[in-house]
Amino acid sequence: MKALAHFLAGVAALASAPLAAQTVAITGGRVVVGDGSEPIDGGTVVIRDGRVAAAGAGVTVPAGATVIDATGKWVTPGIVAGFSRIGLTEVDAVDATNDIQATNSPFSAAIDVVPAINPQAVSIAVNRAAGVTRAIVSPATGRSIFAGQGAVIDLGSDMQPITRARAFQFIELGEEGAQDAGGSRASAHVLLRNALREARDLRLPIGGGATRETRESDAPIEDISENPYILPDARRPEDVLLTRFDAAALVPVLQGRQLLLVHVERASDILQTLALKQEFPRLRLVLVGVAEGWRVAEQIAAAQVPVIANALQDLPSSFEQLAATQSNIGRMLAAGVPVAIGMNNEDESRQVRVSTQFAGNLVGIGRVPGHSGLSWNEAFAAISSRPAEAIGLGGEIGSLRPGRRGDVVIWDGDPLELATGVEAVWIDGVQQNLENRQTRLRDRYRQPQEGALPNAYDR
Amino acid sequence: MKSHWGIAAAAAVAMLGGCAAQTEGPATASSERSSNRYTPPDDPYPSTYRAYPGVPTAITGATVFDGEGGRIDNGTVVLVDGRIQAIGGADTPIPEGAVRIDGTGRWVTPGVIDVHSHLGDYPSPGVEAHSDGNEVTSPVRPEVWAEHSVWPQDPGFSRALVNGGVTTLQVLPGSANLFGGRGVTLRNVPARTVQGMRFPGAPRGLKMACGENPKRVYGNRNQMPGTRMGNVALMRQTWQRAAEYRDKRTRDPSTARDLALETLVEVLEGDVLVHNHCYRADEMAVMMDMAREFGFRISTFHHAVESYKIADLLRENDVCSAMWADWWGFKMEAYDAVNENIPLVHNAGACAIVHSDDPNGIQRLNQEAAKALADGRRMGIDISDAVAWRWLTFNPARALGIDEETGSLRVGKRADVVLWNGDPFSVYSRPQQVWIDGALLYDMNDPRLRPVSDFELGQPGEGDVK
Repeated sequence: MKALAHFLAGVAALASAPLAAQTVAITGGRVVVGDGSEPIDGGTVVIRDGRVAAAGAGVTVPAGATVIDATGKWVTPGIVAGFSRIGLTEVDAVDATNDIQATNSPFSAAIDVVPAINPQAVSIAVNRAAGVTRAIVSPATGRSIFAGQGAVIDLGSDMQPITRARAFQFIELGEEGAQDAGGSRASAHVLLRNALREARDLRLPIGGGATRETRESDAPIEDISENPYILPDARRPEDVLLTRFDAAALVPVLQGRQLLLVHVERASDILQTLALKQEFPRLRLVLVGVAEGWRVAEQIAAAQVPVIANALQDLPSSFEQLAATQSNIGRMLAAGVPVAIGMNNEDESRQVRVSTQFAGNLVGIGRVPGHSGLSWNEAFAAISSRPAEAIGLGGEIGSLRPGRRGDVVIWDGDPLELATGVEAVWIDGVQQNLENRQTRLRDRYRQPQEGALPNAYDR
Repeated sequence: MKSHWGIAAAAAVAMLGGCAAQTEGPATASSERSSNRYTPPDDPYPSTYRAYPGVPTAITGATVFDGEGGRIDNGTVVLVDGRIQAIGGADTPIPEGAVRIDGTGRWVTPGVIDVHSHLGDYPSPGVEAHSDGNEVTSPVRPEVWAEHSVWPQDPGFSRALVNGGVTTLQVLPGSANLFGGRGVTLRNVPARTVQGMRFPGAPRGLKMACGENPKRVYGNRNQMPGTRMGNVALMRQTWQRAAEYRDKRTRDPSTARDLALETLVEVLEGDVLVHNHCYRADEMAVMMDMAREFGFRISTFHHAVESYKIADLLRENDVCSAMWADWWGFKMEAYDAVNENIPLVHNAGACAIVHSDDPNGIQRLNQEAAKALADGRRMGIDISDAVAWRWLTFNPARALGIDEETGSLRVGKRADVVLWNGDPFSVYSRPQQVWIDGALLYDMNDPRLRPVSDFELGQPGEGDVK
């Protein structure tokens, strides 16, 4: 018993130690707020109670704060991975570890990534060490245009990764959507409309065996377990394709209470997606991918639909990306489209750390005649506040404005430069361990030859 | 009937106690081995590449990385008649009438060389009809040649030129097979035919693959190989057949020609270079033993995610490692990647190369090198920028057997040159101008010098900046 008590006390100490968010003042660094504003030299960032208390020039260091001198360093909000699959897989090609996609699932829209997120995935630690602190995590489609519901997570080392569960529904409406829908884009659009109809037609029990239709004034559904549309006496018409669970999951989308992220690349697919707003005015769309966005940038801007785009896609890798160019994001931004950088390619599950490199490239192309690059400030915002805003969490994460989560990174130089390293990371005000499996392997093989004992003893 | 390869004759001489260089084919290069390697006399698909015309050009005032590790500040590089005529400091003589380019604040390097590309055999758009990189009909397919799959209209070639400063690349078959077929080294110059891109005189490669891919592809068909030991057994059996075939052909030149074994015999003779897809340290060690067992040389392990674990063995065996900076985890054999792989291999005295295997990555090989270099420095491995540039040009040129021709800014070599608009290890820099054999084939200030493949002509975005 005594041993057990000891053990439990030890566990409690271990668990509570890193969670104790101290008051920290980081002084003297070049502070990047992340909202597109100019960096502030010699600024101070104060983190208190897990949140940013203040950031900028002339900030007073609170009494009792741990002061960290960041003279000569850059201090920024943590990077927000704009679109990813991080935490959903350990090794992509090892199916048993890969929860990105459920090809044989009977469900689609109802799928929720939350139970699949593994905060101890090596990729979480590896990307945290590179300054990524939050990620938008989406499932991929299996055999429906509906992938299911994605989440916003943190990359902290604790076991509570979820920042916002069920933040959005993700669907495919381009080439992939056509395939998911049985072979054509037209079918994908019918499937979408039918699904939204089925969601609309779900009838809510109002007692005494009576039911009524969904109303926009109905309380938002925050959690599947609270969703009244899946109760057994909530009636449905006979003519349905979706399971009740899937249809019920689409009610918040229809109500405009849950974002609908739509992957499209081709200019015409983008316009068809924007047109959905005429039929379903409450939809809150976010476009993902959008390689040909620059061709219809004015229409996207007019609709004020945020975009999460792949920064460096410049090949006609499919017929829906013929006009791809690295100037896409710059041109859309110039047209007034709110644009963030996201992955949407093979980097999305493990390599969201290249976000800084991608953003830097968009600054670099600005020096090539004919290209539309981003200013440095816009580029950094595209991997911090813009993705946060696109996903509806601009008030919570993605910048160092007061009140935001205490996600802060100290870099030894310009965070968009290739040679720059990360010196320290806080998530929710908790300083993070930056060691990971990769750094451990590196240290073990600094000298590869065996010493007095095999390398396996070297740790 | 004319001897179709010259190898049988060479082998016969060797068996009679002759050794060293047979001088079949034109001796175009000065290296001892080159006379055997360059332009096999019977090459049935010979290069028709011709350098495009250039004008005498002098770049002055630039920071120059010569590709072999040297750096010249305020340097001058002179290109004349398609070759490097001079490289030196500010006092380097400039021929009269040469076009002068002010390189102040800019960098000059040799053109980037990618030792591992699938441009053309997995081109854009990546549709099924274009999927020509893996002859997945048998694990042993040394008879196929990647060049016979290359679609010269792949728009990816131009992206590699314009954004990556890539002037030479090896296109390889995929890794589904133990013996994937021959690779081909290309000039990155748009052409109507693959022969119009072939690097004249460059030896061909043989793509081999260890590990997961072959055993997965064929194991799933209940066919050998289904395991790593199956991989090795089938490779050994095949090398044994090749050795026997060589001996038989040597004794009796009328022996029926076997195009598959012919490739392998050319490897045994040192005329075709082995490029071995191999991730894990333990498998690389087995492959190096296999090379000793059958008497062939492995030029380069490709992907080589675990080279850092056996950097000493790689140095001893003089095998290059072609690596990514930080790509990892997509499959089990890529799980043990470290960001410092490239500098660790270099630091051990082994040959390190940055490669892409990817139509996007090939546009940013300089950036991959920069990341690896910085990660190495953070762990205390001090490598200068100029030395790190070897990973991008001189070392891949060596691995491809073309280092007498390109890969560094030595006088007399091909004038494959990139003028960068800033430090090429900065994320903010791009190629400003690119010369191949002294011909200016890209100029960021001149939209007419932006190649547009047939595929992109008449399509949205034609001729756009990319």
